[in-house]
Amino acid sequence: MMSPLKSGWYRLPGLLRYALQRLGMGAVLCVGVTFVSFALTQVVPGDPVTANLGERAAADPEIVALYRERYGLDKPLPAQYARYLTRLLQGDLGISQQTHRPVATDLATYMSATLELAIVAMVLAMAAGMALGIVAAVWRDGWPDQVIRVVSLAGVSVPTFWLALVCLYLFFFKFNLSPGVGRLGPGTPAPEALTGLYTLDAALRGQWGLLREALSYIALPALVLATYTTGIVTRFTRAAMLDSLGHDYVRAARAKGLPAHTVILRHALRPALAAIITVSGMAFGRMLAGAVLVESVYSWPGLGLYAYRSALTLDLQAIMGVSLIIAVIYILVNLAVDILYAVIDPRIRY
Amino acid sequence: MTETTLPSHRAGRRLRPVWMQPLGLIGAAILIALALVAVLAPLIAPYDPLTQEARRLMPPSAEHWFGTDQLGRDVFSRVLHGARLSLPYALQLVVLAGLLGTVLGAIAGYFGGWVDGLIMRMADLVLAFPDIILAMAVVAALGPGLFNAVLAVVIVSWPIYARVARSMILSLRNEPFVLSRRLLGASSARTLWSEVRPNITGPLVVLVALEYGHAVLILSGLSFLGLGAQPPAAEWGAMVSEGAKYFDKWWMSVFPGLAILLVVMAANFLGDTLRDVIDPRSKRHLS
Repeated sequence: MMSPLKSGWYRLPGLLRYALQRLGMGAVLCVGVTFVSFALTQVVPGDPVTANLGERAAADPEIVALYRERYGLDKPLPAQYARYLTRLLQGDLGISQQTHRPVATDLATYMSATLELAIVAMVLAMAAGMALGIVAAVWRDGWPDQVIRVVSLAGVSVPTFWLALVCLYLFFFKFNLSPGVGRLGPGTPAPEALTGLYTLDAALRGQWGLLREALSYIALPALVLATYTTGIVTRFTRAAMLDSLGHDYVRAARAKGLPAHTVILRHALRPALAAIITVSGMAFGRMLAGAVLVESVYSWPGLGLYAYRSALTLDLQAIMGVSLIIAVIYILVNLAVDILYAVIDPRIRY
Repeated sequence: MTETTLPSHRAGRRLRPVWMQPLGLIGAAILIALALVAVLAPLIAPYDPLTQEARRLMPPSAEHWFGTDQLGRDVFSRVLHGARLSLPYALQLVVLAGLLGTVLGAIAGYFGGWVDGLIMRMADLVLAFPDIILAMAVVAALGPGLFNAVLAVVIVSWPIYARVARSMILSLRNEPFVLSRRLLGASSARTLWSEVRPNITGPLVVLVALEYGHAVLILSGLSFLGLGAQPPAAEWGAMVSEGAKYFDKWWMSVFPGLAILLVVMAANFLGDTLRDVIDPRSKRHLS
């Protein structure tokens, strides 16, 4: 006999059941992520008491005892973890030692810049990577394939921080093609926030001059950030396309005289798309990691720059906040990708 | 009873010649040359990497091929000496992460059950963090330094090896030659070592080669951020970072960065070729 709950579960549509299952796993993973960041704060050498109170106050045993009691540092570790979780759920990520503001507030300020950069870079990487991958697969083992192979290997081999510097030197300093670092020119006020993404906000409000300016500033960092992901997307597109080009239905489509581009884009690309999207979801994580390096070179006021500054001042609360939020974004993106995958490819059912 | 009466080892089907593939050959040659540079750096570097040898911030010239930096040190000598840091530390990193990941993955795959669940969920957890950001957090907790950076990246990079090792063990666990060794009374540890290990070494070596480039990138990235090697060490990432402060003196950051690019590309050429050669599902060598 099945319990009513269980039979109800199996009456749900397959896709919904799958989505709920993935959502549950994502939630478990998020809890695990908080556990990791809590564990890391525990291995910090040095006493958080002295770090937060300063020498004078830390010398006074009464103040230290009060401080420990106030922040629950006198409790056993599981109790401290429970306390940490409760605070997290209330949106309290601690106070940044560097900015003296709540970490949650800082994250909210910096997040939109990173998201904008990552989204633009992802769009560029997907477009370029898929185009190159398709060309390489179609001209397999010919010279375009060889050239693209070397180029995509170079793309995943180049150190992002160095490429960022070299591009800035060339396009800003030498040829004056890029306006420089930051999100907008020094005197330009940001568009009134709707989404926090400057390009989108400017476009939505019809401020075309501002849109052009925002685009000219984002172009260089986004291109640099896209390089690595372009390499990965290219190689996976090529592999997935080679796989699907080998199928009988592709040969059949060719045999009945369909034009080459129809066969390639309709018959071969469609099944390859699922694999390409999955890999792009995973590559998004590396893109967020690369954002740290790119943002620190281009003074792009995002999570990466914030993480970089916090890491330099050993501001643990802040950097934990960044890794938490980025891990959660990453989990959500991959969740979305998993679900999208099931929508695109009806064979996927768990 | 001798080995020969057991069903044949699969390990016999080994690497096809790598030297047939030009990219892999180029990669291997560059890596060997750079390893030689690392060993011979004190002999072949024209100047001392840590002392002032000339005027500050001189552009490249006949005496100083890569120019001099803000302290009048010879950039060419520093780049050569940089190989002594980046190459061995990255090797240390992939070997440690590879061993840790393989052992954990082998345990997970061979024993299954709750051990498997525990280890692989831990792996999923670590993979949920973008690597450099988790590494930054670990370094912030441990304190900056090249060795701490290596430890931090080991902590964030073992899951890849664990996943590969586990999936290979799962497919090998019920192979006749493994089962027969078990039936002959060999212990789990012995079976893993003498029957399973030879069959997973090849793919793991490929993985190490592929990950080596990434190790160089992430270590130099951490040094660039000021969390790895500390000045005055002649580490490539740290040198690029110092060069960034003298923006118009391009030679200070261009050359160390090129060195990183060279190592990583060579490792990726080699790794990519090895994968094509060893992976039966890769179709390149069929055509």
